[in-house]
Amino acid sequence: MRFERREHRSLALVIATPVLAILCALALAGLLIAIAGAPVMEAYWRILVGAFGSRLSATETLTRASPLILTGLAAAVAFRARLWNIGAEGQFYLGAIAVAAASSHLFGGLPSPLQIPLLLVVGAAAGIVLLLVPLWLRLRFSVDEVVTTLLLNFVAVLFVSMLIDGPLKDPMGFGWPQSQPVADAAVLPKLFARSRLHVGLMIALVLAVAVHLVQSRTVFGMQSRAAGLNPAGAVFAGVPLGRTLVTVACVSGGLAGLAGAIEVMGVQGYVTTDLSPGYGYSGIVVAMLANLHPLGVVLAALFTAVMFVGADGMSRSMGIPSYIADVTVALSLISMLTGVFFTQYRIRR
Amino acid sequence: MSEAILDICSVSKRFGDNLANDDISLSLGKGEIVALLGENGAGKTTLMSILFGHYVPDSGKVLVEGRELPPGKPRAAIRAGIGMVHQHFSLAPNLTVLENVMAGTERLWHFRSGTGAARRKLRGICQRFGLTVEPDARVGDLSVGEQQRVEILKALYNDAHILVLDEPTAVLTNLEAERLFSTLKDMAREGLSLIFISHKLDEVMAAADRTVVLRGGRKVAERLARETNKAELAELMVGRKVARPVREPSTPGEVVLDVADVSVSIDGVERLKSIDFSLRAGEILGIIGVSGNGQTTLAHLLSGTVRRDKGELLLFGEPIGDLTVDDAVRAGIGRIPEDRNKEGAIGEMAIWENAVLERLPRFSRYGLVDRPSGQAFAGQIIEAFDVRGGRPTTRTRLLSGGNMQKLILGRNLIDRPRILLAGQPTRGLDEGAVAAVHERLLEARRAGTAVLLISEDLEEVMALADRIQAIVNGRLSPPIAAEGASATKLGLMMAGEWNEEHEVSHAI
Repeated sequence: MRFERREHRSLALVIATPVLAILCALALAGLLIAIAGAPVMEAYWRILVGAFGSRLSATETLTRASPLILTGLAAAVAFRARLWNIGAEGQFYLGAIAVAAASSHLFGGLPSPLQIPLLLVVGAAAGIVLLLVPLWLRLRFSVDEVVTTLLLNFVAVLFVSMLIDGPLKDPMGFGWPQSQPVADAAVLPKLFARSRLHVGLMIALVLAVAVHLVQSRTVFGMQSRAAGLNPAGAVFAGVPLGRTLVTVACVSGGLAGLAGAIEVMGVQGYVTTDLSPGYGYSGIVVAMLANLHPLGVVLAALFTAVMFVGADGMSRSMGIPSYIADVTVALSLISMLTGVFFTQYRIRR
Repeated sequence: MSEAILDICSVSKRFGDNLANDDISLSLGKGEIVALLGENGAGKTTLMSILFGHYVPDSGKVLVEGRELPPGKPRAAIRAGIGMVHQHFSLAPNLTVLENVMAGTERLWHFRSGTGAARRKLRGICQRFGLTVEPDARVGDLSVGEQQRVEILKALYNDAHILVLDEPTAVLTNLEAERLFSTLKDMAREGLSLIFISHKLDEVMAAADRTVVLRGGRKVAERLARETNKAELAELMVGRKVARPVREPSTPGEVVLDVADVSVSIDGVERLKSIDFSLRAGEILGIIGVSGNGQTTLAHLLSGTVRRDKGELLLFGEPIGDLTVDDAVRAGIGRIPEDRNKEGAIGEMAIWENAVLERLPRFSRYGLVDRPSGQAFAGQIIEAFDVRGGRPTTRTRLLSGGNMQKLILGRNLIDRPRILLAGQPTRGLDEGAVAAVHERLLEARRAGTAVLLISEDLEEVMALADRIQAIVNGRLSPPIAAEGASATKLGLMMAGEWNEEHEVSHAI
């Protein structure tokens, strides 16, 4: 018996893989729910109700999905070019704090149509800067970016923590470590009244389509794919490896910074160190679940958001720890990786 | 012949529509070396995988010393004394030779590992077969030839007395290959039985007692070495007469490329030392040499992927400074890289993408890739250069080596380049594909292209090149005309012996 590379991957197989992987993960998580002593089907029903059962919960799920789409795209774009950006979490926070600082100190007086785009650019730029540092280290000294981007997450969060307890501390915050709020003109418009859902979702969706088009249609997309698949071959074909990676890093870091920006401008209004429940790290999972496809990222982000929001509701009504959401998302990642392996290889005997 | 130690009886194996092995029988005597000869896809590897228990045959059986092997059980094959040396090594580079050899032979839950006994056994094997390897050397520090020796030792350590080698010379230099074959002969004299898989006629003639020829999944012939010759084996293997074409006389045109006193260092090591050569339109200049003497750097220099330290490159009489890949492509330099899987193509990308990647400016507008015209371009190459096994949208990895090489040749030759740089263009190809590549190179020469042919294959260079220079340790010999070249003379040149006063002192 041996594993052999499959010659053709049919479209049906490519589409069936994530679906089967998620079903498989749900079945495995079901075992855990059963061990916890709850009826499995009912638990899953409660998750669905928790995520979509009311207007409030549905908008909440979409609100959660918005930054996940952006961090998922950030990981997918980078991984395609074999740039292992594990630092989306740090880029998220730096984007967030840059927006808060810029709005409260520089552009606060500008009207919304001017201020909002400006702040989005500022947030993206902050994320880019944080990713260009490890990329420079890699290109100049061959330092492994997995380590540097990962460690910079802690540096970034501590830096933000220092700022919001120091120079950027909100004087009206009753002493809590939180940043000054963004100006009223910087708050992203809501999509529906009486919900937290904001236009950040639209921005994320548009960017997902844009990234897809760039990757599949443009010279840059083709070159970055070549650089990721076979660097030596890409160099031989005249792909400027360094320049391509810098551009990839700008897109990836920018998307992650943007995720932080919309979260501040759309949801919370100011920065705390619990602004992100791990959006940066979950983005990696989302990207892998989507098999690095930009449009798949949207669906994977939605699935992840459903699990997290839904599990909260389920745990309240059934007394099962909401950690089941983490377990399910983790299991679906494992099933997805296994599934992807078998779409590429077959067993022969 | 001595008694058969291994019998493969009427083995058949089908993969989907493809009958990979069709009723193949083969027997191997004690102390015998059998070559399994066939083109890529002839079923050699499938047959050996069945022997080793990786595949279950649809029908037929394998007998070792008269006892049937249970199908599909690699462990049983190992216990019966069959050892396999794969083309791609399965060694752990961070472990020592001894540790690699012992891996998998000990039970996991034993507290003590029998290193002492193992070392003694390994030394015994090394001595008996003349395979010298330091047991405590780290495998990652060894040369490819030595790593292969470790693979062989691994099999022998498991008490193999039937050894199967899958294309053992594919990764070796000529010198290492010769050493390997003398080792194999020693092993046969010691009573081991060997099968080696190959598609190279020279080594089959040199090393095997008997040759079994496979074609299209069937055994088409079996010949004793002393009763056959290369021409017959080539014809049996390909299924028709193949003759490698030979250049016809011609007069070369003006000089198109002049390389004067160029040195190149890679990572602080000087790989090219003040080399000089010039290349004329309509000629083939052959650069011969044992691999690792600077050929790769020379190819990279002219491909535009390395920078020179000193010296001058003149393209069509104009000094060009440092050549970049874009310069090279725009100036009409066709480039065939020596490693087609690593540099020549990106396996996971489609054929059309590989066809246009190096000339994207031509196949894009406003930064958008012009997919239809790129695919049409790939279609033209497929048509004109007889690339089989794929459409423009097929992933390139699925092409056979020969067809991938045709694709690379095609994307370079379709635009009638003024200069063609061919680095080891037939390495690893089977006989039919070699003849096709040679024909294309000569065709380009007729059309007035200046061809630089970098090769290790003396026969190839002598058949194609007008002039020949040898590369030794980063230095180039002065050119000699192909008419005056004999194998002996070229052999001396490859060893660094050439007649030039100021060069003699540097010769080895």
